[in-house]
Amino acid sequence: MMKCDVLITGVGGQGQILASRLIGAAAIIENQPVRTGETIGMSQRGGCVVSHVRIGGESKSATIPFGYADLIIGFELCETVRSLNRLSPDGGLIVNKQTINPVTVSLGMEAYDTEAMEKALQAKTDKRLIVDGYGLAQQAGSVKAVNVVLLGAAVGSGFLKLSRESFIEAIKSTVSQKFHELNVKAFELGYGFANMAMK
Amino acid sequence: MIESRCIVLLKLLMGNEAIALGAIKAGVNVVCGYPGTPSTEVLETVAKHNDGSIYVEWSVNEKTAMEVGAGAAYSGARTMVTMKQVGLNVASDPLMSLAYIGVKGGMVILVADDPGPLSSQTEQDTRHFAKFSNLPVLDPTTPEEAYEMVQYAFELSEQVGLPVFLRPTTRICHACAPIEVSEEKINHKPEGFIKDPKWVIFPSLAYKRHIEIEKLQSHLSDLFDKSAFNAVSGQGRLGIAASGIAYAYACDALKAMGSDVKLLKVGTPYPFPKATAESFLNEVDQVLVLEELDPVVEEALLELCAQKALCVKVLGKKDGTTPCCGEFSFEIVYNTIAKYIGRDVPAAAEAPSQPLPSRPPVLCAGCPHRASFYAVKKAMKGKKAVFTGDIGCYTLGNAKPLNMVDTCLCMGASISVAQGIKRVEPDTTLFAFIGDSTFFHTGIPGIINAVYNQTNLVLVVLDNSTTAMTGHQPHPGIAKTMMGNVSEKVSIPRILKAIGIKNVWTLNPFDQKAAINAVQDASQINGVSAIVFEAPCIAIIPKPKALSVENDKCRACGLCVKEIGCPSQYVTADKKVHIEPSTCYACGLCKSICAFDAIGGEA
Repeated sequence: MMKCDVLITGVGGQGQILASRLIGAAAIIENQPVRTGETIGMSQRGGCVVSHVRIGGESKSATIPFGYADLIIGFELCETVRSLNRLSPDGGLIVNKQTINPVTVSLGMEAYDTEAMEKALQAKTDKRLIVDGYGLAQQAGSVKAVNVVLLGAAVGSGFLKLSRESFIEAIKSTVSQKFHELNVKAFELGYGFANMAMK
Repeated sequence: MIESRCIVLLKLLMGNEAIALGAIKAGVNVVCGYPGTPSTEVLETVAKHNDGSIYVEWSVNEKTAMEVGAGAAYSGARTMVTMKQVGLNVASDPLMSLAYIGVKGGMVILVADDPGPLSSQTEQDTRHFAKFSNLPVLDPTTPEEAYEMVQYAFELSEQVGLPVFLRPTTRICHACAPIEVSEEKINHKPEGFIKDPKWVIFPSLAYKRHIEIEKLQSHLSDLFDKSAFNAVSGQGRLGIAASGIAYAYACDALKAMGSDVKLLKVGTPYPFPKATAESFLNEVDQVLVLEELDPVVEEALLELCAQKALCVKVLGKKDGTTPCCGEFSFEIVYNTIAKYIGRDVPAAAEAPSQPLPSRPPVLCAGCPHRASFYAVKKAMKGKKAVFTGDIGCYTLGNAKPLNMVDTCLCMGASISVAQGIKRVEPDTTLFAFIGDSTFFHTGIPGIINAVYNQTNLVLVVLDNSTTAMTGHQPHPGIAKTMMGNVSEKVSIPRILKAIGIKNVWTLNPFDQKAAINAVQDASQINGVSAIVFEAPCIAIIPKPKALSVENDKCRACGLCVKEIGCPSQYVTADKKVHIEPSTCYACGLCKSICAFDAIGGEA
């Protein structure tokens, strides 16, 4: 497999770290060298959280440079736009259409311009897929599974070139057993949606 | 003695997990520490993989951890003590003397530095502490190297009889890499404590030991000259010296530009590998030094150039070639190298095309600290009061709209800083906010000081039954230990009463009426009074059903949002308030504010 740098971006609490661990585990199942890097700590509590996953073993550092990401999996609209400058010119986008207002917006101190953000995505690349991650996760049984829905979409769209089987195996070896069914279902819903959408 | 099992597994490990598994492989017997980002997962991982043969504890603070570790190492145990960089300040008293006394069992002091800083109050550099205390320090570039280094650190410590620092930074601690983990481990049997005058520090012994330690420094430098953690690669008369994550960025940047510049990797910044560095310097005309935080390697190279009368120009932080503060990145390193070797410097990454709202971290929805702060704020409305804060999630109480943290300095300082302000402003009511884990860490001496010196203040303990900020570690008030035992709970109200505080309230902050009354009463008392707000962190309780806003009843006044800034609430274009069900913990604080009874559900 060619080098594949995947950036996961969203709001603290959306499960980005599990998502990056699952990609890492799936890569290892396929004998791919991989590095990941996370933001843990202050940034978790409702702040921006970015996870970096670098598959292919070309780099010593885990942080994806600007313009290098082959894929951004955006868990939240605004946070996706914030990280767009890390996307490579021919990189792909998987974006959860969910918006989460920062408290500063609820307090009226700042504006959240959804339309302008959607335009920024359109202007960046045509290689993009918008996913109703929240809705599909609800369908799977819990909105907490939105992270795994988006991973399913990333694989189903063909943007992330790791196999569906590797992810199912990664879920089973990483997630605690009582959540296997939920996560596998979430993955399949995301996978199925993206697979259809790309046809 | 090596056990015969030899199964090797490739595992994706976080740097901190790699350090823990490396320590287990090296036969560590005792591990103690205090939680602190980015170091916390090291001790947690040891505990998780403990087969029962390792003693693991969260100590009440870093000084205690260092002393427990010292005792274990005196007794021949392989010992690891873990903390973040500012934790080492707390542990510096035992550290400095321990460097003189030395150890018998290998002792690794794991201190994680935080360039940025991403979650710390300073950007201090632990390599200075190594130099200050005359102790060797290993500085890993990747999680893989950290796994190797921790094992070597135990050996080295026993070889020279000194504790050894392992100093990863955030990007090593929290990065994952595939590591071949072997199941074999050293079976290290501690000899036990042997009585000897060498364990008792006296001025006469200190002088004698100081001479020996100084001699050891050049021995260590010689040892490090032979270490694979230091290496020279590449060619040409333009040199680069790099350490830590900056070395990883330098390798990636040189690869990206297809360059093979002469590169010195420094994995042991102190004692400096002088012979290795000297032969490197002899082959170059200039050196660009790439390192985060302080110019430690740069100073060592400058010193060597002066000592050996070498005519080599050293570029780095001191002449402004590289940034002196903040984290490095691939881009900073790439651009610096490109400029240095005469390559094109790429244009900076484009900024987002429109301004995006900021997203600072906030207190979680349902966080009991919000209710505590709000009660104090309501009770003291219009009165002259200062609110001193401390280290923990509750530092986030400084944000709008609560605006309830006027100072934050270091662990335990809320209580003592309040006393200083009170001495200068006697007509101001002082509230000192401190969390439960921080109370045990370094809060207690400050309270005794206030009682002893008769300084009026209201102590507010925010007891959420966990060390929340670092990921929910237990502490003496919860009584669960890292060995899986349950000890007797240490009661905060009983400690306060024993210290001599006569008026101590213990209540749930979500009972806003009672909380506001208690705050008002406490603020009237002459002397030290205390309120212990008890309610568990939402992360350690099952999630209840969310509250919801009845759209017809909501008058779109926005008061609930403006008063408390709960992240579960959001406002739509019609100005009406809504609650996101997946994050609402039904704490009911918004419900208590709504004048129109528009918020429904069980609080």
